[in-house]
Amino acid sequence: MQEFKGSQNYVASEELLRAANIAMVLQKPLLIKGEPGTGKTMLAEAIAQALGKKLIIWNIKSTTKAQDGLYVYDVVQRLYDSQFGGQGVDNIEKYVRLGKLGEAFTDEEQVILLIDEIDKADLEFPNDLLWELDRMEFHIPETGRTVKANHRPVVIITSNAEKELPDAFLRRCVFHYIEFPDRELMAEIVRVHYPDIGEKLLGQVLEAFYKIRNLPQIKKKPSTSEIIDWIQALQHGGADVDKIVKEVPYLGVLLKKNEDMDALRRNWR
Amino acid sequence: MFENFLYLLRKNGLKVSLTEWMALMEGLDKGLHGSSFTGFYQLCRCLLVKSEADFDAFDRSFLEYFKDVPFQQEISQELLEWLDKPDILSEYANWNEIQALKNLGFTEEEIEEMLRERLLEQTEEHNGGAYWVGTHGMSLFGNSGLSPWGIRVGGRSMYRRAFRVAGERKFRDFRRDNTLDTRQFQVALRHLRQFSGLVDLPPTEFDVDNTIKDTADNGGVLKVRYKRPRENTVKVLLLMDSGGSMDYYSNLCSALFQAVDKSGHFKDLQVFYFHNCVYSYLYRDPTLMTRNAVPTDWVLGNIPSDYKAIFVGDAQMAPYELMGGGYGRMGQESGPKCGMDWLRLLKGRYRHTIWLNPSRRPDWGAYWAQTYDVIAREFPMFPLTVDGLEEGMKKLLTR
Repeated sequence: MQEFKGSQNYVASEELLRAANIAMVLQKPLLIKGEPGTGKTMLAEAIAQALGKKLIIWNIKSTTKAQDGLYVYDVVQRLYDSQFGGQGVDNIEKYVRLGKLGEAFTDEEQVILLIDEIDKADLEFPNDLLWELDRMEFHIPETGRTVKANHRPVVIITSNAEKELPDAFLRRCVFHYIEFPDRELMAEIVRVHYPDIGEKLLGQVLEAFYKIRNLPQIKKKPSTSEIIDWIQALQHGGADVDKIVKEVPYLGVLLKKNEDMDALRRNWR
Repeated sequence: MFENFLYLLRKNGLKVSLTEWMALMEGLDKGLHGSSFTGFYQLCRCLLVKSEADFDAFDRSFLEYFKDVPFQQEISQELLEWLDKPDILSEYANWNEIQALKNLGFTEEEIEEMLRERLLEQTEEHNGGAYWVGTHGMSLFGNSGLSPWGIRVGGRSMYRRAFRVAGERKFRDFRRDNTLDTRQFQVALRHLRQFSGLVDLPPTEFDVDNTIKDTADNGGVLKVRYKRPRENTVKVLLLMDSGGSMDYYSNLCSALFQAVDKSGHFKDLQVFYFHNCVYSYLYRDPTLMTRNAVPTDWVLGNIPSDYKAIFVGDAQMAPYELMGGGYGRMGQESGPKCGMDWLRLLKGRYRHTIWLNPSRRPDWGAYWAQTYDVIAREFPMFPLTVDGLEEGMKKLLTR
C-alpha cells in the first residue's frame, strides 16, 4: 500500500496526512471541507503527484448533474447522422461518451479522482452518486454495458460548505476539515511566496490581515490568495510600512465587496 | 470493544450510524490509528464526525469517555487491545519514586516542555531501539508517565497530547453557525418555486414538442429546436424579529436564515429585521443599529409587490406596542399610527405574505396571547418547524 506523505509543494498537517491515508486504506471517498483559500484543491494534486498517479478533475457547477459524470448519450448527433446516412449509426456505443467518473473507472491504472466543489451542485446531487461511488460501477441501459472500475480510484471530494450534504452520503466519507492557517503558518506560507520579505512588513501585514478577518461585519473574509496579492501590491506601490495597520492601503485587493469596504471603514480603529 | 462510546456520541447528538462504526472497526483492524492515542483520536474523528460543527460535541464526548479511565483496570484490558503496546507493563520496571514525586511538582507547561526535550533525547539514544509507540518516543518519558496520580497508559504526556487536542475545543465557534438542521429547512424551501420560461437565458434545453412539430413540417428531415431553460422567479422578502423574547429562538431563526440564505435558488432575497413589531424603520442587520436603518416607506416603495413576504417573529409583545398610537411617520398626522397599521401596510403591499412563528400560542396568561391572536387573525401563521415551513411555502404559492 502506498502512503501519502505530503509533497514538495504542499505542506500538509499530520492530521490531513492521516485522513488521506485512512481514506485510501478503507477505500472511501475523502471529503475535504474548509474555507476558500485553504488549499483543498491543491491536496488532490499533491496526492496525485506524490503517488505518481494520474489526476482526473471533475469540476462541479450549479448545473452539473450526476449523470454528466457517468456518461452522455448524444441522441441529437445520432439523429442527425441517421438523417444523412452517416456511418456506424447502428453502433450506439459510438454516441456514448464517458464522463469524468466513467473515465476514472475505465482507466488502465488507478487514478485520483477529484470531485471539486461538490456543494455547488443541486441538493440531491451527492445522493445520485451513492451507488456509483459505493460499487464503483454503473450501467448504460442504451448499450447494455456495465462500466466497472478496473482499479478503484482514490476519490477526493471538496466542499466549501455552501450547502449541507445529505447524511447518507456523509456516512460513506472520511471527513477532514482544513482550518484556516493561523498566524505562524500564514507567515510560513507568505515566506514561500516572498522569501525576502522584511520581518517588519510581514508582521504589519499579518496584523492587519487577521484584524480584518476577525471583524464580524466582514461578509467575505480575505483568504490566502488575497494576502499574497496584497503584499505584492504593497511592495510595488511602496507603501509606508508603519501605516499599514492604520491606513490599510490597497484595500481593494483584500476586500472584494463594497459593503465589506464600508463595514471596514466604519469599524476600523 | 467500547461500544458505549458509540452510544455516548449518539446521546450527545452526533448522528453516528453503524456504517461509520463498522468503518472505524475496519480502520482499527488495519492499524490505521498507528498504535498511538492521537492517531486513534484522529481516526475516530475523521470517520465518525462529518461536519466541523460537530467537532466540539465529539471532543467533549471523547474526553468524557476516555479521560478518567483508570490504568490498571479498564485500560489494560480494553485500550491495550487497540493501543497494542506489548511492553506496557514492563514500563513499571522504570518506576522511580523520587522521579514520581518530582513529577507532581511540574506544571502542565513544564511537562510539555519536558516532552519536547525527551523527544529529542530519544531520537539520539534510542535510535531504532526500544521505543514502542512508533516514532512518538514514549519509552523514556514513560517514567514520568507513571507518576503516582493520574496514571495514563503510554505515559502521561502521550495522553496529554491527545487531550490537549480535545481540551482546546478549537471548533467551539462553529456551533454558533448551527448549520446542523438547515438541510431539512432547505428541502422545505425548495417548494417555493415558480418557473418561468421568459427569463433571458440562452436557449440550451432540448425542446421535444417543437422539434417534433418542426421536423414534421420539414418533411421528416430533422430540425432540432431548443428552448430557454426555466428559472425560478420567486423573490423573497424576509422580515425577522430580533432581540428580546426572540433570543430564545435565535438558534432556530439562524437555521432558517441560513437555509434561506444558502438555498440560492430564489431570484432575489431581501432581509430586514425589526424588534417586536414593524414601525417606521426596518434594519439591515439583527443588531438593529441605527446606522443600518432603512425607512419602512423605502421598503414599501422600492421592493415590488411581487415579492413573497415572510415574517418571522413570536408575535408576542405588550399590546400597546402593536395597537398603541405614537408609532406613525415622523411629524405626520395622517398615515399609520401604530404597529398594526404598519403591518397592514406591508400586508396590503405584498399579496403573498405569511408569518412564521417559532413560539406556540402562550397558553398561560392572556396578556402575551393578545397580540398573538391579533396578528394570527391578520396573517396566515405557521409554526417554524419543517412541517410548518412546508405548509407556509404552499400558502405562498397559491394564487
